[in-house]
Amino acid sequence: MNDEVYVVGVDMLKFGRFPDRTVPDLGAEAALLALDDAGLDIRQMQALYCGNLFQANGMVGQRILQQIGQTGIPVVNCANACATGATAFREAWMSIKAGVHDVALAVGVEQMGRGLLGGGGGNAGIPTEGLLGGGTMPTVFAEAGMEHSRKHGTTFEQFAKVSVKNHHHSTMNPKAMYQVETPLETVMNAEMISYPNTKLMCSVNVDGSAAAVLCSGRKVRELGLTDRAVRIRASALTSDPWQERNLVMPDVNTCTRIAADAAYEQAGVGPEDLDLVELHDCFATAEILHYENLGLCADGEGGRFIDEGHATLGGRTPVNLSGGLLSKGHPLGATGIANIYEVVTHLRGNAGARQVDGARLGLTHVIGLGSACAIHILERV
Amino acid sequence: MTAPSTTHTSKPAVDYLKIPATGEPYLAGCVCDSCGATYTGTRKVCAHCSARGQMRDIRLAEHGRLYSYAIVHRSFPGIEVPFISAVVDLDGGGTLKGNLMDIEADPEKIQFDMPVRVVFRDALGRKDKDGNHYLSYFFVPAD
Ligand SMILES: [Zn+2]
Repeated sequence: MNDEVYVVGVDMLKFGRFPDRTVPDLGAEAALLALDDAGLDIRQMQALYCGNLFQANGMVGQRILQQIGQTGIPVVNCANACATGATAFREAWMSIKAGVHDVALAVGVEQMGRGLLGGGGGNAGIPTEGLLGGGTMPTVFAEAGMEHSRKHGTTFEQFAKVSVKNHHHSTMNPKAMYQVETPLETVMNAEMISYPNTKLMCSVNVDGSAAAVLCSGRKVRELGLTDRAVRIRASALTSDPWQERNLVMPDVNTCTRIAADAAYEQAGVGPEDLDLVELHDCFATAEILHYENLGLCADGEGGRFIDEGHATLGGRTPVNLSGGLLSKGHPLGATGIANIYEVVTHLRGNAGARQVDGARLGLTHVIGLGSACAIHILERV
Repeated sequence: MTAPSTTHTSKPAVDYLKIPATGEPYLAGCVCDSCGATYTGTRKVCAHCSARGQMRDIRLAEHGRLYSYAIVHRSFPGIEVPFISAVVDLDGGGTLKGNLMDIEADPEKIQFDMPVRVVFRDALGRKDKDGNHYLSYFFVPAD
């Protein structure tokens, strides 16, 4: 058993579109950057946990090692929808926590196609999209947002403000896909994809990768890495418990709530203690639900939380300072480690113009539809 | 819009839509006698309470209320837009997703909890590679 597990190295590629590169190539680059950040070598890694969704049967982890050093260590490839990267990170955490390893590498990587995700379904010989309602991701999350509207009166404008905020934050993040201010009228007048989500309220399909080096407390001291180390105070993973509308309406709320409860309990902290949050804004509608799911505000207060600027840099609990999935981009398998990169960067005081002053405690959250929720709480030591 | 066609030669668009040789089409579901959870289609074990051998086949109601929706303006190539993707709680249990028809695709016109009816119509003219017609279910305002 290891009591404490730390992140000692972490980095990500600036997200973008790299049609001429391969998934292992992108993953290898992030792995080397994270190793350099830790000042360690691939030969010191005792295991690799690799998250990738669209080539889940492609042994991506091993192909990364073929590029940066085939040392014979155990490699686990994992896929868990949009929680893929965070799941790989958590597997590395568990292996160290269990005392099996003292230092491990986690990589998340994805190359995305263009266009809409989701849909299909049905076993008839005809397409069911637009026949049995819609199954695209913008539609699924529009329906989840409208559920919030029916309960709390949340408006199209409030959802749109999430996108304004996250695009604003991304202007200060050189690793975001976009660094462009997008005023409210631009967001609301953008092409409507699935009401109430316009095109600028949908996450950006990009390629990318991110990687982290995790280390036991004992090994951190042995390697003299205390200055770089950020402590993992909690790691929680849930699936979606049964809900009466599950069959037609994936529930992203309950799995987040139980993961948050578990994470806060593990860390012995509450949402009021957090200095920043990176949460799963795959669509603007989703972010407001998660303010409440993560306890950043009371139920029904999510609309006010965005209206009053509490989630903006300088606010009570800044959310998605990286620009979030809406502007930094969302390469599915990389997202769950890229948001750990963002929080660690703040805890180290290296976030430049978007730095949260004196940040000590941060939370990362991802949701994979289907569903999986992963939450990590990280602390400056 | 394709004219309603419920000839017995149509195939069902989903496996829980039943088209009897005689009589009207209906939606098949099941209810757990242990906890009351209701599902479309059939199943052996209850996902809610995990009871085995407690699932009883039922016919789902053909009326219910609009729980949530999205108005889809962009979909996959070849899919006609806009359409209303509606989540409907059926009276007596069960939730279905489907197209809400016969109402303007305008959030001003669509009310949460509005009563809707389930209707069975031709599957928007969609045919499989063998030329078979399909029958699907849709929602329409009940009033
Ligand atoms: Zn049951």
